[in-house]
Amino acid sequence: MTVRLGVPSKGRLMDKTFDWFAARGVRLARSADQREYAAQIEGIGGVSLVLVSAGEVPRDLAAGRLHLGVTGTDLVREKLPRWEQQLRELVPMGFGEANLVLAVPRLWVDVDTLDDLDAAAAAFRAQHGWRLRIATKYHRLVRDFLREAGVADYALVDSQGATEGTIRNETAEAIADITSTGDTLRANHLKTLSDGLILRSQATLWQSRTAPMTGADRAALSALLGRIGLS
Amino acid sequence: MTDRARIQAEATRLRAVFEAAGAQVVETPILQPAETLLDLYGEDIRARAYVTTDALRGEQMLRPDFTVPVVQMHMAHGADPARYTYSGEVFRRQELNEDRANEYIQVGYEVFDRTDPEAADAEVFALFRDLLAPLPLQAATGDIGILIAAVEGLRTTPARRAALRRHVWRPRRFRALLDRFSGRAAVPPARAALLAAADPFIDAGPELGLRSRTEVAARIAALRADAAEPPLSEHEIAGLDAILATRETLPFALERLRDIAVDLPAISAAVDRLDRRAERLAARGVDVDNLDFEASYGRTQMEYYDGFVFGFTAKGRPDLPPVATGGRYDALTRQLGQGAEIPAVGGVMRPGLMVLLQGGGA
Repeated sequence: MTVRLGVPSKGRLMDKTFDWFAARGVRLARSADQREYAAQIEGIGGVSLVLVSAGEVPRDLAAGRLHLGVTGTDLVREKLPRWEQQLRELVPMGFGEANLVLAVPRLWVDVDTLDDLDAAAAAFRAQHGWRLRIATKYHRLVRDFLREAGVADYALVDSQGATEGTIRNETAEAIADITSTGDTLRANHLKTLSDGLILRSQATLWQSRTAPMTGADRAALSALLGRIGLS
Repeated sequence: MTDRARIQAEATRLRAVFEAAGAQVVETPILQPAETLLDLYGEDIRARAYVTTDALRGEQMLRPDFTVPVVQMHMAHGADPARYTYSGEVFRRQELNEDRANEYIQVGYEVFDRTDPEAADAEVFALFRDLLAPLPLQAATGDIGILIAAVEGLRTTPARRAALRRHVWRPRRFRALLDRFSGRAAVPPARAALLAAADPFIDAGPELGLRSRTEVAARIAALRADAAEPPLSEHEIAGLDAILATRETLPFALERLRDIAVDLPAISAAVDRLDRRAERLAARGVDVDNLDFEASYGRTQMEYYDGFVFGFTAKGRPDLPPVATGGRYDALTRQLGQGAEIPAVGGVMRPGLMVLLQGGGA
């Protein structure tokens, strides 16, 4: 057995994760062929590096297939309703910052709060015969948020990408999506609700509470955490 | 006998009692079209029911209860009056509490009868009480119809009454609306700016999506009209608060609600129904003097009930869900009846919990 550290397998999130570890004296490296999803961790024994899609890190941590993993708070909260019992949050890493927000067309000058959204949804349903559609890939987070706020007469429709475009395509009336600067929302003539911030997210290092460990694994884990200043 | 066999045997026994009381045995499919349930309960039902899909029929739900399919069946081709009983698995998604069953057997009894609704309420409750009498249970009752009648009688605009009526089952938003309509909550700055603007569309983006500029303008007009309305009166708000705080044994609750009805005469008919129900219950041998009544009982968990509600919970076992629940759902028959409607009341019990409480394992 070794301690398994899962990091995002591509893009900015992977690069930033490598930089974050490098800044703390731990070098992560991909294999020479960039297309091969293999990597190693240098200078620490007993720890293996696994490249995984950021979206699968929460599930692998919860199932104990990974001991440590890097992924966003948004994905953990969306995929693991009991995350506090399955995962330990070790350290927020200071990048990958994004907010999950509710956004509506700027045309909706009458809608600024959840209270307005709820009233607009009731009127929309009466007018069109169906519930006001909100496109998102964060179904659980959005549903919990709207239930807590007592918003009714909406439907969640699944959108795994280009969510801002769903309104123009008339497959949704509003969206709930991740935004870091708000530029994409503005470019698509959308605005956020003043009380529509569902979650602040950033890349975070997590530890599984369920992954089995031998004595040697514990020593390796503690050496790694010591090196990055978390012991 | 295994637990499962004991539970099945108990379910069969209960269903036979309901059959003997005049109910026709019915079956419903386990897979239900998701759209009907979603339109009734909203997205929240997805957190409590299992959804599955296929390319042909789209989204289907594993039956979270029998009431909706039984009402649909009755509204499509039921006799009038009619009594039904059923027994079978229901499925409830559990994501937080591993100890709660995600599949269990429900046995139910439903009455569709126009002649004497309060007698039908009493009939269902008394049958349940008799069947559950050997177990250490606590009965609670309520009547959402009183709060609904109070809302419908408020001296304010139809729009405000409709907004409150829509959120009767969501206490937080209901309270927020009351605070706004009574002037207790300040008007949010963005709302004030919108209402004061000469051209509210000055910063609006282009037309985008299905909600049109006309619809936005219509809501602004509605907001302006609402802003010109006087606040709800303090005594009406106090009356609503007094109703929501009513929690007594039935005779004292009746007395209290009669007092409230002096200020809120709109609830008088609903209180008369409560009185008549108490008589019918007493006639069936229910000890109404010691029966608990709570006006807001079931307000957060039992959303389609709009009148009498009841539940039986195990004494000293707050970890267990209710062993039996039920209530009146006239409005549901209207929603599913495509123009038709009929007064309806019913309830379900959980033989699995009954076997557990009889000391027979899980």
